[in-house]
Formats: sequence, structure tokens, C-alpha cells
Amino acid sequence: MLLEVKGLSTEFKLKRGIVKAVDNISFTIDKGEILAIVGESGSGKSVTSLSIMGLLQKPGRIAGGEILFKTQDLNKLSQKELQKIRGNKISMIFQEPMTSLNPVWRIKTQIMESIRTHLQVSQHEALERTIAMLDTVGIPSAAQRANDYPHQMSGGMRQRVMTAMALACEPELLIADEPTTALDVTIQAQILELLYRMREKFHMAVLLITHDLGVVSEAADRVIVMYCGKIMEEADVRTLFSTPLHPYTVGLLQSIPQLDADSDERLYMIKGMVPNPLNMPPGCPFSDRCDHSMQRCSQEMPQLQDIAGHKVRCFLYEGGVRVK
Amino acid sequence: MSEVLMDMQNLAKHFTLAVNFLGKPTAVLKAVDDVSFSITKGEAFGLVGESGCGKTTLGKILVNLYSPTSGKIFFAGKDLTVLNAEQRRAYCKDIQMIFQDPYASLNPKMTIGDIIAEPIIINRLLPKSQVEERVIYLLNCVGLARHQRNRYPHEFSGGQRQRVGIARALAVEPKLIVCDEPVSALDVSIQAQVLNLLDDLQAEFGLTYLFIAHGLNVVKHISDRVGVMYLGKLVEIAPKRELYANPLHPYTQALLSAIPVINPAKKKERIILQGDVPSPINPPAGCRFCSRCFKELQQCQLNAPLLQEVAPEHWVACHLFGAVKA
Repeated sequence: MLLEVKGLSTEFKLKRGIVKAVDNISFTIDKGEILAIVGESGSGKSVTSLSIMGLLQKPGRIAGGEILFKTQDLNKLSQKELQKIRGNKISMIFQEPMTSLNPVWRIKTQIMESIRTHLQVSQHEALERTIAMLDTVGIPSAAQRANDYPHQMSGGMRQRVMTAMALACEPELLIADEPTTALDVTIQAQILELLYRMREKFHMAVLLITHDLGVVSEAADRVIVMYCGKIMEEADVRTLFSTPLHPYTVGLLQSIPQLDADSDERLYMIKGMVPNPLNMPPGCPFSDRCDHSMQRCSQEMPQLQDIAGHKVRCFLYEGGVRVK
Repeated sequence: MSEVLMDMQNLAKHFTLAVNFLGKPTAVLKAVDDVSFSITKGEAFGLVGESGCGKTTLGKILVNLYSPTSGKIFFAGKDLTVLNAEQRRAYCKDIQMIFQDPYASLNPKMTIGDIIAEPIIINRLLPKSQVEERVIYLLNCVGLARHQRNRYPHEFSGGQRQRVGIARALAVEPKLIVCDEPVSALDVSIQAQVLNLLDDLQAEFGLTYLFIAHGLNVVKHISDRVGVMYLGKLVEIAPKRELYANPLHPYTQALLSAIPVINPAKKKERIILQGDVPSPINPPAGCRFCSRCFKELQQCQLNAPLLQEVAPEHWVACHLFGAVKA
């Protein structure tokens, strides 16, 4: 087990109240595994990744829980100790390849910085390593492109540079926060293939944060579905897509227009919208949008049930069997 | 039924980026280059392509936000490109647009009711006394409530704002609506709501859509016919069933295979294109796609293939199919 998150809660203290962006979530990632966290805007998936990385900005703070990387609790480390791990053992690629590179530095300088910070190597070795890394992620004529500035590259190229930077110190865990959202589909396919190849090559684990169930189905080994800061369902990827249990997951899957389906049918709709995070209903956060909602759903919070490795948070599955 | 509503002939929009000291253009961005197709009354025509392929520029030409560099646009038989500004404005009412970004396309200082009423008042469609009634009717049509009329855009979620944008487009009773990526900024569960709404409104008001998007699954859901654009050129047009079952152009094939399938048990064979879309500034003389094509022929770099009908209603611009018709 590489990373274990235990009862993590992250909240944002605002003038109008406290927003629980992440509410008591627990999960693990094994070595070499790709775990996807999927959810819509406001589900807390990005805040989860920022919490792990210790990159939360005020007014956000971790209100409770442990983030165990191997045996160290990342939450208890000082910033200085964290910096030894960040970019080295755990690194991250961000959604916006346009804004997450420094526009005034050549890309080689930016990648070398990360290598020189964490590894005892000479300038020359760092440059060699940088060029080799750029080559690995598929930048053509890497030695020359290393001298480019970010604005001279396309979005797909920049995402490759970001990936090269993240992989430069051969991390054990890569957190990829919506790595393909800003990219076109043909470029998205390239980047997903790259992630897969890098995983094989470096045996690293990947925490993939995305809203796109298509990307999840292509890339992940295991999936967590989040809604309003809570884990609603967790299963391995085949199980989740073949037998989704939670009404929210089922609704999400049905509401995506499918390429091979007969397209004249009406799309399934999840009614209503995500509740206001300052004013959460006391029960299940999905209760007022759910087709199977019962009386108790809006009053008490269902627990995450483990049914032979397939976890689901819904009263329909109390005691491990579906209640009709 | 098959009455042509809009017919575009050799439409082009070039942006001059730099000129030499004599004023001659040295860098020209050919955003839309020699595009011809027509939209039948009552259909939804889907236009897909990646960023920078010119699909949004094309949409903006149709709603008169850009004037075309050359080419003709026939709307209900009338050539719009020969009209002067004032005459052209009269047709703006018939062709409306729904924009991609519901956060940026509504005036934050106006209430949503005023936003919807504005086009009605400007076009003097109704006497003042009846405007309010019409606004409430339109709000109901798009699934918003009467009491929300006096709220401001920031009080609404993305999906609701997009509904306001749709109501504003409907306000002037347009014949054609250009939908420019109307759902790509929305969450999946909200996307389905807006797509269904667009479906319902088309049936109710007999609308014609030009549906611009990069998500091929979304386009498939809503369109009757689909056109695929690449770097300013139309590379393939076909009825949707035909296009998705039997894509002919290598670019369409790659685009379709790049879409992730929502079924991890089904691993499909994937065509991964090499490289990026080349710059649309001074593009190559031959086929625009030849630098990334996996079926490139010798002639592809030399001359550009023309759009030709290779099967009933299935048009493709590719040298691979040059021999079919000859």
C-alpha cells in the first residue's frame, strides 16, 4: 500500500459558514495502480488532491484525518519536510497546461529546477536527464525544443512538458488533476496513452482526478465516485461500469450520449442540481435528485457499505443486498 | 421537407495578421477556407472539429459577427453577402446564436428578464404592454420560473444561465439557431438536461440548428447530418448514421477512435494521430491533414482534394476516394 487516506476532511471557512469540501473520506492506492476519482464540479475531487499535496490555500484547511504515504503522515510534516517529498516521491500535473508553466523561463530550466532540487546531480547531468525525459514523453527533437519557452508550444506539447517535469524524479505517486480536460480528443488520446506507458515504465501509482467517465473507463483500474465531498461508490473499473449500484452513478452513466447507442432516444436526465454547499440537506446529499429516494434518505446519512469489495453509500443496499 | 434554408457556397474568412510596407499581406490566417454546404429546413446540422478548425468562425459569419472574405450565403433563397449593413441587419433576427460560455455571454448588470426582453424591444416585435408576458412565456419554455425573472445572472448556475441564453435566442422567433458548443462548459448531469431541452424546443418551434461542438457523442445525439472540419476545410459530410457507421476520411476515423468508450471491457483498436494540428497561418498547399495522416498518398502534398459525393449524400474530401467517381 503506497498511500492511505483515512477519514480526511477538508473545510473552507467562509463568512457565510463552513463549507465541507471533503467530508470524511478514506481510500488507498497500491503501488502501480491507477485510481480515478470522478465527480462533477464541486464534488471535492480537486480539493482531495490539493489536500494530499499540502497545497491548500486559505481559507481551506484540513479539519481531520490522516494522509499516510507509506508510513509518514503528510499532514503532520512541516512545509520543509513536505518539499522533500513533493516533486520527488509524489508529483502532480495540473489541468491547465497554459497557466501552470512559468512563461518567462525556458522549459529546460523549469524541468532542471525540479531535478536539481531533489537529486544531487551536476548541471550537465540534469540537462541530459531533462532532454531524455522530454524524449520519453514524445517531444520531437527534444534537445532543441528544450530551449523553447512555453508560449512556443501547443497545448498538447505543454501537457507533455508538465508530465516530463512531474516524472523527472521518477515519483512513486503521480497525481493527475484533469490532465486532458483542456485538450482536444485526438491530443487527449495521446496523453492518456503516455500516462499508461509511463506507468508501465516507472511502476508508479496514479491518482487520476477527472469528470470524464470516458477517460476513467479507458485509463483507470479502480474508481471512486464522489458527490458533494463524499464517496458515493467505489469499485474496480469493470464492476463499476458493468454493475453500477448507486443511483447517482447509474444516472451519470445514462446521461452521457453514447456513440454506439441509438441516438434518437431521449437522454436520461438527473433532475435538479447540486445542493448549495452552505446549506446541505441533513441526509444523503443526492436525496432530492434521486429517483429512488425514500423518506429516510433526506433525514439520515447512509453509511458506505462494503459488498464484496464494491462499496456504495445508499440505503438501497443496506445489509449487502438490494432492498426493493 | 427538404427545403434548403441556408446554403453556403465557397465561404471563406481570412484574417490578415501582418502586412509588408506596401500593405500586402504576408501572414494570412485562413480560418474558414472554401467551405460549401447547405442546411435543410427543420434539420440539425452538426459541425465537429478540434480547436482552431474554424467551426466557431463559421458560426459567427452566419450571425453577422464577421463578414466573410469571399463566398456566398443564401438564406431562404436570398444572398446575404450582397446586402448592405442595414438590409443585412433585418436578417439577424432570423439567425440567432447560443454561445459556449454561459458565464461570459450574459450581461451581469441586467436581470435575466431584461436580457430576454432586450431583443424583443430592439426589434419592435411586440407592443410594450405585451413584452412582459412574452418574457414569462419564454422563461417557462426553457424551464425557469416566473419568480426568477428579476434575478441577476450571477445568482444562477451554469446550466440555468445556458437556459437564459437559449430563451434570449428564442425571443425573436428565429428560423435558424447557431449553437456554439452550448453544453461543453456544463457538467454531465446538466449537459443531458440542456440537450433534451434543445431537442424539445426544436420540435415545438420547428427550429433549424447548426450545432457546433467538439464532442462527437454530443453531436451524434442531436444532429441529423454531420460535417467534419479540419483546419478551415470541410473534410466530410454525411447523414449521422452513415458517418458514424462508415467514416471515410482518415481524420474522421481517427477522431472517432479517439473518443473514450464508456465500457472498460471493450478495448477498441485506436488510431493515435501523431503530432499536433499545424498552424492555420499560410497552411500547406496540398491536403491540410497530410502531415498527420496515416494513409498519405503521394499526391496529398501536392494538391488539395475536393469534396465529392462517394455514396448517396456522403461527401468526402480525400484522394483515397478520387478513383471512385472517375
